[in-house]
Amino acid sequence: MTLEHFQDRIRAAAANGEKLCLRGGGTKDFYGNTPSGEIVDTRGYAGIVAYEPSELVVTARCGTPLAELENILAQNGQCLPFEPPHFGDAATVGGCIAAGLSGPGRAAAGALRDFVLGIKLIDGRAQALAFGGQVMKNVAGYDVSRLIAGSLGTLGLIAEVSLKLAPRPQSGATLRLEMPQMRALETMNRWAGQPLPVSASAWHDGELMVRLSGSTAGVRAAAAKIGGEAVGEPPWSGIREHTDPFFAGSEPLWRLSLPSTAPALPLEGRQLLEWNGSLRWLKSGIDPAVVREAAQRVKGNATLFRAEQKSGNCFAPLAPVLERVHRELKAAFDPAGIFNRGRLLPGL
Amino acid sequence: MGAALPVVKALRAFLPERAILHDEEDTRPYECDGLTAYRQLPMVVALPETEEQVQRILKVCASMGIPVVPRGAGTGLSGGALPPGDGVLLSMAKFMRVLHIDPLARVAVVQPGVRNAVVSELAAPFGLYYAPDPSSQIACTIGGNVSENSGGVHCLKYGLTLHNVLGVRGFTIDGEPLELGGAAPDAPGYDLLALAIGSEGMLMVVTEVTLKLLPKPQCARVIMASFDDVEKAGAAVADVIGAGIVPAGLEMMDRPATHAVEQYVHAGYDLDAAAILLCESDGTAEEVEDEIARMKAILERAGATRMTVSRDEAERLRFWSGRKAAFPAVGRISPDYYCMDGTIPRKRLGEVLNFIAALEKKYGLRCPNVFHAGDGNLHPLILFDANDADQLHRTEQFAAEVLEKCVEVGGTITGEHGVGVEKINQMCVQFRPPELELFRAVKRAFDPSGLLNPGKAVPTLARCAEYGGMRVRGGKLPHPELPRF
Repeated sequence: MTLEHFQDRIRAAAANGEKLCLRGGGTKDFYGNTPSGEIVDTRGYAGIVAYEPSELVVTARCGTPLAELENILAQNGQCLPFEPPHFGDAATVGGCIAAGLSGPGRAAAGALRDFVLGIKLIDGRAQALAFGGQVMKNVAGYDVSRLIAGSLGTLGLIAEVSLKLAPRPQSGATLRLEMPQMRALETMNRWAGQPLPVSASAWHDGELMVRLSGSTAGVRAAAAKIGGEAVGEPPWSGIREHTDPFFAGSEPLWRLSLPSTAPALPLEGRQLLEWNGSLRWLKSGIDPAVVREAAQRVKGNATLFRAEQKSGNCFAPLAPVLERVHRELKAAFDPAGIFNRGRLLPGL
Repeated sequence: MGAALPVVKALRAFLPERAILHDEEDTRPYECDGLTAYRQLPMVVALPETEEQVQRILKVCASMGIPVVPRGAGTGLSGGALPPGDGVLLSMAKFMRVLHIDPLARVAVVQPGVRNAVVSELAAPFGLYYAPDPSSQIACTIGGNVSENSGGVHCLKYGLTLHNVLGVRGFTIDGEPLELGGAAPDAPGYDLLALAIGSEGMLMVVTEVTLKLLPKPQCARVIMASFDDVEKAGAAVADVIGAGIVPAGLEMMDRPATHAVEQYVHAGYDLDAAAILLCESDGTAEEVEDEIARMKAILERAGATRMTVSRDEAERLRFWSGRKAAFPAVGRISPDYYCMDGTIPRKRLGEVLNFIAALEKKYGLRCPNVFHAGDGNLHPLILFDANDADQLHRTEQFAAEVLEKCVEVGGTITGEHGVGVEKINQMCVQFRPPELELFRAVKRAFDPSGLLNPGKAVPTLARCAEYGGMRVRGGKLPHPELPRF
């Protein structure tokens, strides 16, 4: 498949007033507002375009399976430090970037957008545009590639992306400590402020899990300092992929994004904390307004992440001036409004 | 004379007299930033002290159709704060307060006029620091860092301003309040914070910044390694990174640069080496010891002719002092110098350095090089005498060729200094008309009237057509699809 294939499809849609649903493996169809429009399957445009381990940069086409990319990086002792969730075997690189979701490594290593160096995009006029590049420092022009990361395909078709990589840590260990939520919050934040190689943290049901990653010597020294019990089967991939038993059950799943030191939120339901407390998963059927209000009160926001039924906007509403800027940006990239309508914001 | 200006009258309604400058003797200090080749007296300088004053200044200017250019400390090297001759230079210098440091949350909330180095000083008692450390950090401000997405010598491991700013607050040109990002991660909607950082003050005026603080590494040591060949030094950098090490800092200086620096700061550099590498490790004592040993072995295999590892903090700082003083040191050996800021894929380093050496001969000008080797950001410094018009002209041609070479090898015209007015022509080489059009549309989304820092960073297509017309290469115009004027 070639870029022209997508360009022709987009040109035709713009001419006929069609709406398109840009989609990779469809593993994240559940995320965001309900997808609509004719599906444009991006999986045919796949492959690694450039990869040189000593440059710490890879460039891949959108349809490349995420697992395949990660395998190639692993063979070279490297990884995507933001540990993106796959949510299924069919996950693609393009879908990963469009969703903008980061996994357990986010609090220590940074978010997905932090690692995006460049994007090739097909916009609503069917133009192939290149923003950013393959180098780590680049301030020529506005940082459009990072704007596109996490835009849920509403600004155009992500054809290609260049990502900054990191070496896989030499060694790692996961420790378990028993403590209540408030103490876990304080402890996670305190450790994050110390020169310790903590690379992930999670708390649920009285148990705090901490992952250490780095040099063998560094991990050993930190483990001795932190204490607790070594965990044979670490929970991180289950937490990242939502296969951990916590995520089972049909109640709606909320994703609360909060300042890490926000106090424990006494909401009905079960909670799992990540990222030193700045990400809190809530399994609960309570009134959405109550969840949103609780998050907002501590200067955070709540997203209805998974639910059998979604109505209205699953993301927190935007301030009027921000909503205006969003609509103007959408109009700039996609004047005919053909891409992933309403997925990020109703009517956008 | 300036007192009679309608905008001055309008500003007097809510600003004290001392916050409005309009006489030439008062406005003269604002005529340029760190790029002194470009100068322009501003019509008026406004020095607000509160967010409300900023908002009212913007509303007044927007309603009168008067351009506004924000300015921090004026240390920028690309003319991003070059004033408008027909507008208001908005100095944020009085926004100097650190509003809040939360050691547990590892966050500092500061006003944009706070100097970069102050943040780390105030965070130090908590064992924390602010990572981006541009060489000008004792003078440059956080607001300016946000505008330019400033880097420093520790970017490879700790990122740029973009990676260390959690949120900003401020106003659009129309005075509408904007809050982007914040202490909670992943704000809903588009990542407008990423767009605002590095936007060269063209999208919004920032009045408050939330910074991420990191735990200060327990210790740090640096290896100073000598090489008898610049390309070997470049290959050694690739070897270190290829071995799975991300050094805290990885800098290269060529012989002309070390010679200039050594006379000035006596950092103890090896003056016989064709190039030296500074290769730093930080972390816990165990981590540093381990990483230094691994790096030494790699550098040795890569052909290092001499290696010294800093024995203590004083020696480490001395090794760095030369690198940080490279620009002023070069300023002492030449009447003027022109600092470039291209970034290239590291593997093309040898090719680009050879290209620069050939240009030195072609233009008859010397050009020492300092290089953020870890992240590919090259700072060639062309030495010239601005009083000699021909030298200035040759310097500009020299610089343009280097930047275009950076684009050709897959890099960029600016890694951390910004486009400003300086590299606006090279934007036409880096981007094609559709991308430039999109940049303009992005600006309109925030600033429909185009009054905020106009004429910077993004060229008009007409300007590119004109520039392309002047620079015909191999019989091909860079933008054959553009109408010519």
